[in-house]
Amino acid sequence: MPVTRLSPASVRLLLILALLLVSLFSLNYGALELGPQAWLDPLGDQGRVLYQLRLPRLLLSLFAGALLATTGAAAQALFRNPLADPSLIGVSAGASLAVVTLMVLFGGWLLEHRLDALLLPLAAFVGGLASTLLVVRLSRTLSGISVTTLLLTGMAINAIAIAGIGGLKYLSDSQTLRQASFWLLGNLSADGWMPVLVLMAVALPVLLLLAREGRELNLLLLGVSQAQLLGVDVQSLQRRLVLLCALGVGAVVAFGGLISFVGLIVPHLMRLLCGPDNRHLLLHCALLGALFMALADLLSRVLVSPAELPVGILTALIGGPFFLSILVYRLRTGGVDA
Amino acid sequence: MLEALGLAHDRTASRRLQPFDLHLSGGELCGVLGPNGAGKSTLVALLSGMLSPSSGELMLKGRALAHFTLKERARHLAVMLQRQPLDFAFSVRDVIAMGGYPLDLPLPVLEQRIDNLATALDLQHLLERNYLSLSGGEAQRTQLARVLVQRGCEPSVVLLDEPLAALDLRHQHQALALLRTLARQEGHAILLVLHDLNLAARYSDTLLLVGDGKLLEQGATEKVMRPERLSELFSVPIERYRTRDGLGLFTSIAGGEC
Repeated sequence: MPVTRLSPASVRLLLILALLLVSLFSLNYGALELGPQAWLDPLGDQGRVLYQLRLPRLLLSLFAGALLATTGAAAQALFRNPLADPSLIGVSAGASLAVVTLMVLFGGWLLEHRLDALLLPLAAFVGGLASTLLVVRLSRTLSGISVTTLLLTGMAINAIAIAGIGGLKYLSDSQTLRQASFWLLGNLSADGWMPVLVLMAVALPVLLLLAREGRELNLLLLGVSQAQLLGVDVQSLQRRLVLLCALGVGAVVAFGGLISFVGLIVPHLMRLLCGPDNRHLLLHCALLGALFMALADLLSRVLVSPAELPVGILTALIGGPFFLSILVYRLRTGGVDA
Repeated sequence: MLEALGLAHDRTASRRLQPFDLHLSGGELCGVLGPNGAGKSTLVALLSGMLSPSSGELMLKGRALAHFTLKERARHLAVMLQRQPLDFAFSVRDVIAMGGYPLDLPLPVLEQRIDNLATALDLQHLLERNYLSLSGGEAQRTQLARVLVQRGCEPSVVLLDEPLAALDLRHQHQALALLRTLARQEGHAILLVLHDLNLAARYSDTLLLVGDGKLLEQGATEKVMRPERLSELFSVPIERYRTRDGLGLFTSIAGGEC
């Protein structure tokens, strides 16, 4: 069975065209359909919707999608398993626990002082980083990070965080409960440009640094020892990957809540389309992830318009069945294609 | 080219090797024989620098191996390990090409190397195939080709831990003939662990016998391969016959009574 795949350059071109198309569409459609005059009149009613709500929201989706997909591909190389996900290193769980803690224990105080928009993302980011560092510290062995231990420690930390969130929800009143549940479902609504600028400040360096690791990630897939014999400083590579994944996912969770499965299905689709070579894969994942997220966000706004569906529900609804079908397909074919 | 002086490892109970001296010179194919668990893979791990020795010195081209950076080491020393985990659908060509990453070869040179090795190892028709769809022997040949792409541009060291595992007879001969040609023509020092006594006798220039965590004997193949010595090492009676053209043929006669 020969491997027939599209060339990297043509895939890139197609993705960029599709991205532009979906972005234009997404800016114009929604609860309110915008005319061309909205673009020319930033201070009018339609212009304000475009420039203060839709454009920042679109950019937020694009960068969130790019980060989730690229860190997903990087985590799969780190764990040398095509079904791995950045949440395995505990970053999402830690972020969620921090946010829910803040909401339940200090929610009223935050609202009163209007600090929720600032402190909740900060808590998510710090919580995500802290739990990742804990996971890494616990799985450090004499010969560096053991990937198996990393996986198991991550699972244990995830379980503890979920128990903590459950306990906090149990303690909270119904309004806070609703707010916390809503946040946990993932939402990319943006009010103004601050979240976008902060996310971009994290996303650009993380994406660029990850994209440069393609060669070493390929070699890592041959096994830790073999990669070392091919000149890769595996310990340092593992540290860089964990840190970049934690930064990237932490920033997304901070502004978008929990958005699942993007890091799994986008790299998978990309590998099916043009192969597992990480020298192209990471960049392609950034593009397809952005496209996927922009589409999901558009759907979340138009499906039940004028209300909104939390985008995390959509990605999980698409991603869950997709993941299962890959899993079943891999089991049936002995993992030949993924 | 690769020189070990009093090299030993005794830190872990499962991987031990008593102090030994070893000299691998360019242009030579050096076979390693010994029963399971004797310490052959520990020997490869020590010589490749993967396992740090508890005592002794290891010099690659006259310089302590410990002083090489990982990148430098990869340019002068190519190693094939026994287990080759790869769970991603790379094409065979892509997998082989990974061996060239540390060398930074120009693309035409790399392509030339891949094509030559693919021809010699009968992989030509598989180059565009999905690695995960290969049979065990085909995957093993692919990995061997990858390691051989990594051989240095000038004479360098190649260590192979059971490169012939899962290969059929014809491909075993092909692989060994290729290794011998590479050693002779390009001057590499190649050490390989193998299990077939007759292949060892036919192709290696020198032989190492490893048993019970010790380097028991080393020297020219003809001198080392004595039936009594081999019988003792493998704990089965081994006899040598001569073919009409004078080649030694080894056979074990244990279990004949069943």
